[in-house]
Amino acid sequence: MNPRYLPLTATVAIFLIAYAICIAQYPNMLSTRVIGNLLTDNAFLGIAAVGMTFVILSGGIDLSIGAVIAFTGVFLAVLLQATSIHPLAAFVLALAVTTAFGALMGAIIHHLEMPPFIVTLAGMFLARGMAFVLSIDSIPIRHPFYATLKGAYYKLPGGGRITLIGGLMLLTFAIGILIAHRTRFGANVYALGGGAATARLMGVPIGRTTVLIYALSGFLAGLSGIVFSLYTSAGYSLATVGVELDAIAAVVIGGTLLTGGSGFVAGTLVGILIQGLIQTYITFDGSLSSWWTKILIGLLLFAFILLQKGLIHVTNRRRRYA
Amino acid sequence: MTATLKAYALRLLPQVIALAVILAMVSVAFPGFFRLEMQNGRLYGSLIDILNRGAPVALLAIGMTVVIATKGIDLSVGAVMAICGAVAAAAITSGHSLAMTLVITLGTGIVCGLWNGLLVAVLDIQPIIATLVLMVAGRGIAQLITEGAILTFNDAGLIFIGSGSFLGLPMPVVIWLVFGLLVALLVRRTALGLLIEALGINRRASMLSGVSTGVLLIAAYVLSGLCAAIAGIIAAADIRGADANNAGLWLELDAILAVVVGGTSLLGGRFSIAASLLGALIIQSINTGILLSGFPPEFNLIIKAAIIVLILVIQSPRAQSAFVFLSRPRAAEKKAGQEAK
Repeated sequence: MNPRYLPLTATVAIFLIAYAICIAQYPNMLSTRVIGNLLTDNAFLGIAAVGMTFVILSGGIDLSIGAVIAFTGVFLAVLLQATSIHPLAAFVLALAVTTAFGALMGAIIHHLEMPPFIVTLAGMFLARGMAFVLSIDSIPIRHPFYATLKGAYYKLPGGGRITLIGGLMLLTFAIGILIAHRTRFGANVYALGGGAATARLMGVPIGRTTVLIYALSGFLAGLSGIVFSLYTSAGYSLATVGVELDAIAAVVIGGTLLTGGSGFVAGTLVGILIQGLIQTYITFDGSLSSWWTKILIGLLLFAFILLQKGLIHVTNRRRRYA
Repeated sequence: MTATLKAYALRLLPQVIALAVILAMVSVAFPGFFRLEMQNGRLYGSLIDILNRGAPVALLAIGMTVVIATKGIDLSVGAVMAICGAVAAAAITSGHSLAMTLVITLGTGIVCGLWNGLLVAVLDIQPIIATLVLMVAGRGIAQLITEGAILTFNDAGLIFIGSGSFLGLPMPVVIWLVFGLLVALLVRRTALGLLIEALGINRRASMLSGVSTGVLLIAAYVLSGLCAAIAGIIAAADIRGADANNAGLWLELDAILAVVVGGTSLLGGRFSIAASLLGALIIQSINTGILLSGFPPEFNLIIKAAIIVLILVIQSPRAQSAFVFLSRPRAAEKKAGQEAK
């Protein structure tokens, strides 16, 4: 088997085994309701993680997404409270702001030749700060259109529901997979992650690709913020602290190489589902405390990093003897 | 000797000027800023407050400087602070003596550093990722120790570390000053600092020339863990309890920022602990200054972001060549400082 697929296979296997163990212990977990809730509860994280997958595939990192999600939520809440603008128009405005914000970070990373880590750290402070300036209170959103959107769902056999936001996450992943594997931009992202110097020699437009990658991440963080505001019906500047870490963890658990250049958007979806499954299991169990989620995710992260290291070691040796 | 001193002063000049400008701006907005008072054998005043409140970030910045000089980064320090605070509170409430508590807590910090160091040096994992594991899991471990509650304690000795005073200065200030001095002497009066810089600039070359890079790398992360443990004790002693959720939250970013403001490159190599400590003081002066001058604290993060962007622009090679007029004196000054060193 192509070693490229091994991390993805391992992730899918771990998810299936973990789900089987869960079902063996709690047969009720085998229901479309649980699956529907798994999708709805992790929708905002999943959408943001698609953007993070592209960033990490290109060899970068984006620490700003949690702050951008919170900013989008506060921005929407303030806009809908203060003006009589339709939510759809507010969504467009919010997406335009976050996309421009991402593009700006990409431009700074490329033109000032600065590490993405510190640039997106500044972006995180800026986005969180803007959210604070807009409002430090949690503002409820009471627009009737929100209720309509929240009420929209597709009923699965067995009583489960794929809500609008759960469906939107699946759609985002589908489009993400298409972009990554079927477009020139996707190929450029992989090439950039494989090595900037090589990519430049191959004729990849480094600057444009970098700006586009961070703009895409900003756009998806904005979309994730819209989904989060639909999920909670409120905007709060202290919300979604540390979501960037969950997203990075999901990407790594999904089998994407942190050095860039290798991985799959689909793997990230499984990474998100594994995290969601751990949380669902803890809820079903009732006696386990919430902090086990963090410890288990940390352990999984460690296991996958080790797996990746082992794979690189094996492929390098094979290449040497070939 | 005077030449070394002069080079040293030149290296620290940008940070000293930045600090002086910020302090001057705050004193314009808040007239009583420089007033110091002696009460009950202890100095009080806004300046002392900055030194005191800046203690955790200053301590973290010491370890972070050495780690960044090896071309690494330690994201786990905030989580290690939470773990060590929880361990200290758990040890003292379960009846251990103060000395034993401190030994256990510092030991915990060293073990955390050892874990990070082994991942980076032996398993050869990128530092951001290697320390991310402990950053994600660490807060969970701290909550496991405190069982989700805020673990409070009343031991006078442990509280003294957070709010006592020594020679008129608050205890946290004494601790970070002494520890910073010790580490700076250790790396600058021996060859260690030179070896760390060599390792950060080119790990393979320094390994080939006989530097035991593995041991040095692990030692750097252990130092960072130790600093986080001391900062964790101070943070816990200050509020007389261990808060696993909020102790040290986002302080890793402040510590990295302090190092960057101090002029140490994130790409490894040359470092200055004194400059990082000044960086930590600059950040704390901004925090305190915004509060004192009556600005809404909401602006704190935006101002921080603006400062980082400004520093990034100044440090970036392309901006330096583009704004020749602006950067010429700065570049010449930096060059002189580096040559004399």
